[in-house]
Amino acid sequence: MMERREERVAYLFLLPWLIGLVVFIIGPVIASLLISLTDWNLLTPPNWVGLKNYEKMFSDRDFYNSLRVTFRFVIMSLPIYTVVSLSLALLLNQRIRGMYFFRTVLFMPSVIAGTAVAVLWSILLNPDVGVVNQVLGSIGIAHPPRWLASRDWAIPAVILMGLWGVGGGVIIYLAGLQNIPPHLYEAATIDGANPRQKFRFVTLPMLTPSIFFQLITGLVAAFQVFDVAYVLAGRGGTRASALQFYLLNVYEEGFQNGRFGYASALSWVLVVIATIVILITFRTSERWVYYESEGDKA
Amino acid sequence: MRGNSSLRQSHISTARRLSDDIIPRARKLLRLLALYAVLIALCGFVLLPVSWMLTAALKPDNVPFFSIPPQWFPTEHFEWRNFETALLDPVRPFLRFTLNTLIIFGGNVIGTIFSCTLVAYAFARLRFRGSGFLFNVLIITMLIPWQSQMIPQFLLFLELGWYGTYLPLIVPSFAGNAFFIFLIRQYMRTFPRDLDEAAKIDGCSYFGIFRFIILPLCRPVLAVVVVFMFLSSWGDLLGPLIYLNNTDQFTIAIGLANFATRYSPNTNLLMAANLVMMIPPILVFFFAQEQLIGGIASVGLKG
Repeated sequence: MMERREERVAYLFLLPWLIGLVVFIIGPVIASLLISLTDWNLLTPPNWVGLKNYEKMFSDRDFYNSLRVTFRFVIMSLPIYTVVSLSLALLLNQRIRGMYFFRTVLFMPSVIAGTAVAVLWSILLNPDVGVVNQVLGSIGIAHPPRWLASRDWAIPAVILMGLWGVGGGVIIYLAGLQNIPPHLYEAATIDGANPRQKFRFVTLPMLTPSIFFQLITGLVAAFQVFDVAYVLAGRGGTRASALQFYLLNVYEEGFQNGRFGYASALSWVLVVIATIVILITFRTSERWVYYESEGDKA
Repeated sequence: MRGNSSLRQSHISTARRLSDDIIPRARKLLRLLALYAVLIALCGFVLLPVSWMLTAALKPDNVPFFSIPPQWFPTEHFEWRNFETALLDPVRPFLRFTLNTLIIFGGNVIGTIFSCTLVAYAFARLRFRGSGFLFNVLIITMLIPWQSQMIPQFLLFLELGWYGTYLPLIVPSFAGNAFFIFLIRQYMRTFPRDLDEAAKIDGCSYFGIFRFIILPLCRPVLAVVVVFMFLSSWGDLLGPLIYLNNTDQFTIAIGLANFATRYSPNTNLLMAANLVMMIPPILVFFFAQEQLIGGIASVGLKG
């Protein structure tokens, strides 16, 4: 009797989430699949067009371009962010005077919104009068990159902005580092391991769960870059195509051009691509992610 | 003679001791200096752009925002009125935008605290069939990109007549947020089971246990949730961009994005507005640093 009551009560407590799951997630996900098979533009009733929206993508230059931009960003940014935030975490894990101050300063930009970061750096990275190129010029670089005004340097510029706020990831690695039991290092010392070997055979394996976590959240975030793209690509020209991130293209097709059917099809394609990439990452993780206590993962 | 040689020997041994002592020490010191140099350089990378921005924001309209060499610190111009202009400008009243953003944030706090604590309580402390399955569903929803729901959600809210109101930005929070539910559930699991059992024996209902025993203990994790929520409401651009069409309702993120993209803006005023957007999260960070870092760290470890 008791058990039954507990179960009923549990579902009552879950109710807000269960309703939300149906109304805001499962319903819309199914609806978006159906909408992607129509030519809905809000002005006229939707027509069933079958797979036409998906066929159209094959000849859509914006689609190809946004896919290329997004993949370039994913491939370039994830390794850089991983290495930088890991190194920064090792640096901030040193026990020296004033570390609290350094940590505070270096974590600070990670709370600043993407829009504000993009606005600030778009001015700093001005190719002719921006501070970054002035500094580069003063240390003898005659032809510094034209950053956001250049097709090749626009993505690296966005990555540089991201590095400014890399502290969030550092916190995760730092927590991972501090969670490594000291006895492992003691054992390594007894075995005569040098600092490099300790890093390679103790620190790195013990950090793989944190690296994996960061990789997955980084992937999910990289496929959904919007704020930075909206602020920087908003003025058209070279920037618009060099920074036409996938979600920006979906937004423009849907909410600016009113092609809700096509925009839904575009979002579905990205969801499928993102899911495949994330699943592959999960698959490979069995080979390189090390969990010390398999039984206590929840 | 003997004395002399022993003196010499002690000299040698002192020298050896010194060299044994000094070289590692010097190496240690150099390493420390290098460490500080790198850390200070990194702090420069973080802080100099901000102080350059302050310098630019304090310049009057007729002074160019750039100069050679760059001015990193405000020295000659202190046009504090730029902030007043940015906050009260009738075309782009950033004070109004700030208040609007806070209204949405407030609605989200109420919605999230209400729904997420209830749901987390069920996942953390009640036994029911399907709990493992539903918890996996919860985790998966965290990984589904929001874009797959963006357009139908928009059409739904349009149909309900909520376009141009704050409702689409607030109401979904009453259905819970997977990430916050997860965070609170992890925290609630750390309390001893005896707590519930004892209350149950005393005749306390499940809701009573939740409301009077579990919820008050959750204050630390709720503080973390509120801080995270502030940062996400404050920075959200896409949501308000889709649902709001009237300048009076704009949030600070749309205000700033529009200011930066519409036409060539006065850089001093743009930087002033940008500081208006940056300062509140930075203040929150300074006051809630421990909670924020603890919150992020616990997610990473348990994830």
